[in-house]
Amino acid sequence: MKIRVWFAVLAAVALLVAAGCGGSSSSSSATGSGSVKPGSDAKPMAKLGAGEGKLNIIAWAGYAEDGSTDPKVDWVTPFEKKTGCQVNVKVGNTSDEMVTLMRTGRYDGVSASGDATLRLIAGGDVAPVNTDLVPNYKDVYAGLKDKPFNSVDGQMYGIPHGRGANILMWNSKKITKPLDSWAAVFDDASAYKGKVTAYDSPIYIADAALYLKATKPDLKITNPYELDDAQFSAAVDLLKAQRANIGEYWADYTKEQQAFANGNSTVGTTWQVIANLLEGDKVPIKTTLPKEGSTGWSDTWMVATKAQHPNCMYEWMNWIISPKPNAEVAEWFGEAPSNAKSCAYTAVKDHCQIFHAADETYFDKVSFWTTPRKDCGDDRGATCKDYSNWVQAWTEIKG
Amino acid sequence: MGRRLADLLHGHRRAQVGLLLAGPLGWLVVAYLGSLAVLFVAAFWQLDDFSGQIVHSYSLTNFQTLWEGHVYREIVLRTVGVAAAVTVTDAILAFPIAFFMAKVATPRARAALTVAVLMPLWASYLVKVYAWRTILNQDGILNWALHPLGISGPGYGIVATWLVFSYLWLPYMVLPIYAGLERIPNSLLDASGDLGGRPGTTFRRVVLPMAFPAVAAGSIFTFSLTLGDYITPQLVSSKQFIGNVVFSNVGVANNLPLAAAFATVPVFVMVVYLLVARRLGAFEQL
Amino acid sequence: MHLSRGTRWALRIGTGLTLAFLYAPLIVIAIYAFNDRRTATWPPPGLTLSWFDNAFHNQGVRDALWTSVQAGIGATLIALALGTLAAFAVARYRFFGREAVSFLVVLPIALPGIVTGMALNSTFTQVLGVDLTLFTIIVGHATFCIVVVYNNVVARLRRTSASFEEASADLGAHTWQTFWFVTFPQLRSALVAGALLAFALSFDEVIVTTFTAGDRETLPIWILTNLSRPNQLPVVNVVGVVVILLSIIPVYIAQRITSDPVTSPGAAAGPTP
Repeated sequence: MKIRVWFAVLAAVALLVAAGCGGSSSSSSATGSGSVKPGSDAKPMAKLGAGEGKLNIIAWAGYAEDGSTDPKVDWVTPFEKKTGCQVNVKVGNTSDEMVTLMRTGRYDGVSASGDATLRLIAGGDVAPVNTDLVPNYKDVYAGLKDKPFNSVDGQMYGIPHGRGANILMWNSKKITKPLDSWAAVFDDASAYKGKVTAYDSPIYIADAALYLKATKPDLKITNPYELDDAQFSAAVDLLKAQRANIGEYWADYTKEQQAFANGNSTVGTTWQVIANLLEGDKVPIKTTLPKEGSTGWSDTWMVATKAQHPNCMYEWMNWIISPKPNAEVAEWFGEAPSNAKSCAYTAVKDHCQIFHAADETYFDKVSFWTTPRKDCGDDRGATCKDYSNWVQAWTEIKG
Repeated sequence: MGRRLADLLHGHRRAQVGLLLAGPLGWLVVAYLGSLAVLFVAAFWQLDDFSGQIVHSYSLTNFQTLWEGHVYREIVLRTVGVAAAVTVTDAILAFPIAFFMAKVATPRARAALTVAVLMPLWASYLVKVYAWRTILNQDGILNWALHPLGISGPGYGIVATWLVFSYLWLPYMVLPIYAGLERIPNSLLDASGDLGGRPGTTFRRVVLPMAFPAVAAGSIFTFSLTLGDYITPQLVSSKQFIGNVVFSNVGVANNLPLAAAFATVPVFVMVVYLLVARRLGAFEQL
Repeated sequence: MHLSRGTRWALRIGTGLTLAFLYAPLIVIAIYAFNDRRTATWPPPGLTLSWFDNAFHNQGVRDALWTSVQAGIGATLIALALGTLAAFAVARYRFFGREAVSFLVVLPIALPGIVTGMALNSTFTQVLGVDLTLFTIIVGHATFCIVVVYNNVVARLRRTSASFEEASADLGAHTWQTFWFVTFPQLRSALVAGALLAFALSFDEVIVTTFTAGDRETLPIWILTNLSRPNQLPVVNVVGVVVILLSIIPVYIAQRITSDPVTSPGAAAGPTP
């Protein structure tokens, strides 16, 4: 009896484990020099069919507003009325979260930043996009089409949403002189000890690298996402030094909003939408794009390979870049829209000028989020730190 | 038919036990232990660097990473330390009220107090932690209340997590200690007094040893709940606990193998803790 | 029980302080439920009842509440069945591995929720390939709810003697009759107490649920999602307050039931008719 019981237990466990071994997806391709190799051979959709009545998307907070944050801010309900596709939005706080959520296969699409797009393509989680099925695509700025982070060999893998930069924000009551440099959160951060905040994601290491690019030229940092050993260690050391002054990190934007409103944070990196919300609540804050430049994002709407509602997803992509909704989301979030025609629809007349929507030279200075890879992309070969190194380093930095 | 089955089983004690245990054990062993086994097999796998897919090649790399990075050791020590501090704090806080409920209160007061202690358990965990977040804020209630005294609250940090965890798990400690103290006959305590023992001595040499298994039972909850939590540290501190590292690796970075490897630590700690607690008689007092 | 007045007063003060500690944050939640600003600053600038109205009409809350209730009931029923079976085996029989059963039953609740959650998630999504639905939520919850029912029933079975069952058998009743007429009435209040505690555990659980819920939102998951949406924080506080107030009912019932004279400790020796 005793032996039979143990045998049964072991057999059950072994069965489960063996099944587990067979079940998972196998490793993928990619890495190596040159462009990314797509992880799946899905074809772009050929024809647009009828809407399926439902849509599940992953979006950055503020990208798919349905009136629940502010009754006047709503471009989802008009979409639902027009197409009959009921939208279910899951907010992702970081690119990592979005990649993980897409992997579950439960979502039809995602608004991916450049540091998620290539991972999704390589992982076979997203399908190439037939831009002919998206009528508004022709009005998208040329500077957003066929970029390395949203296309492979000339085939687009998504529809550009908009772009923007991470900016520096401070409490203007507690810090009276205007700031113009990231030194406020790095070298000079001890003046604000315990009140500094930073974005809680490994991609923030690039902000440190960008600062070092300006302040320590002998490190020869050209691209803050392609860091070899020495450059990476310098960035990590800078962040570890910053850690002593950090009050809290923020991943979800209400956390930063509350922190500034309550006085827990007085200076740190932010998104324009958070600054707008704080101004709406009459919190005294000011923002600026520091002189060293900034990291930023250029987001792309992508369709899942196994999307259950692909037609609704294409309708959504066409909707979100049509002039009026694109203007609304660009103003709400505080970013440059992707559709050139939307500039006529913004409430603030010179929104597009303020956010440099058509200014490609400006955006050449913004280092868009992109996934760090081993291959440095230049003559250093495959000696750079890849994203898993960044993730591990981030755990060490936070302590 | 029921009668036939009863007749069949009569006398066959082993068959009766087998039938009784088939359901629960089947569930726990196959579904639960089996799942744990699947998870820990994953600890030996790798994550493909770029695409983030899990590669099924077995190696000890994850454990090596954890062993070599001294930040992981710090995190484990920090988590275990806070868990121990919370357990001790809750034991100290729970004793007066538990003793009062068991020995001093009238039956009606006892009923009311039981309800009063259980009620906070029904308030949502998340809402309670968020309430503490606003209380501990820079401009929150605690600082506002302490301002006239010239001191300021702990703000966010390790002290805050210790405070919030002690708050959250306190009812889990009060109830077992109350049940355990109730089991001590009053006559025993009176006898101790008759033999010349002062209240302090009676407490130390009669009450405490007899209540200790109950304290151990309560401590299983306070210790284990603190060990694996990641939501509270995220909301009231910026230091990482074991749960945070596991969660950020599995939920965010999708590095299930590393998360599973790190998760072996709290599992190991808890299994050891449970074995010790069982020795101390805690299981009878749960 | 003779205690000096000083000791009694010290105990009363200690109890009072502990209760104040337990309830202070709950009062804060209640205050913020009336806060008329989105962000929670102290002191709250103004009071309003509008959030109660908002919460009442919020479809997300209603759906989440219903899902939580369904999950709780499902998990409680499974836990009742499995916990009672296991408790009977352990309390009334002697067999190899009896100690191990107690250990095994307490494991799901003693191991960190994130481990249980990850393990179940891996099994569901990768090994079994099933979707995460209400069923998977119930499975996850039932696993750690078994122990609360088990503990209550074992404690009760230990306190009631097996001689009643033997007497019943001697008088001619077979196994099921004995169970229904003799054992079950003695167990009843333990089962209710266990069921209420299991339901409470399932209702408020968030970590394991995060991993097993998929798209379904239980109330804690809804709260978690909405804590990070600026306009919803006061609604979350309202939901918190309402849940606390509603919970007085089951807790009170449980308390009344467990002070049933048949089964309360230190009660009379014999059973009541």
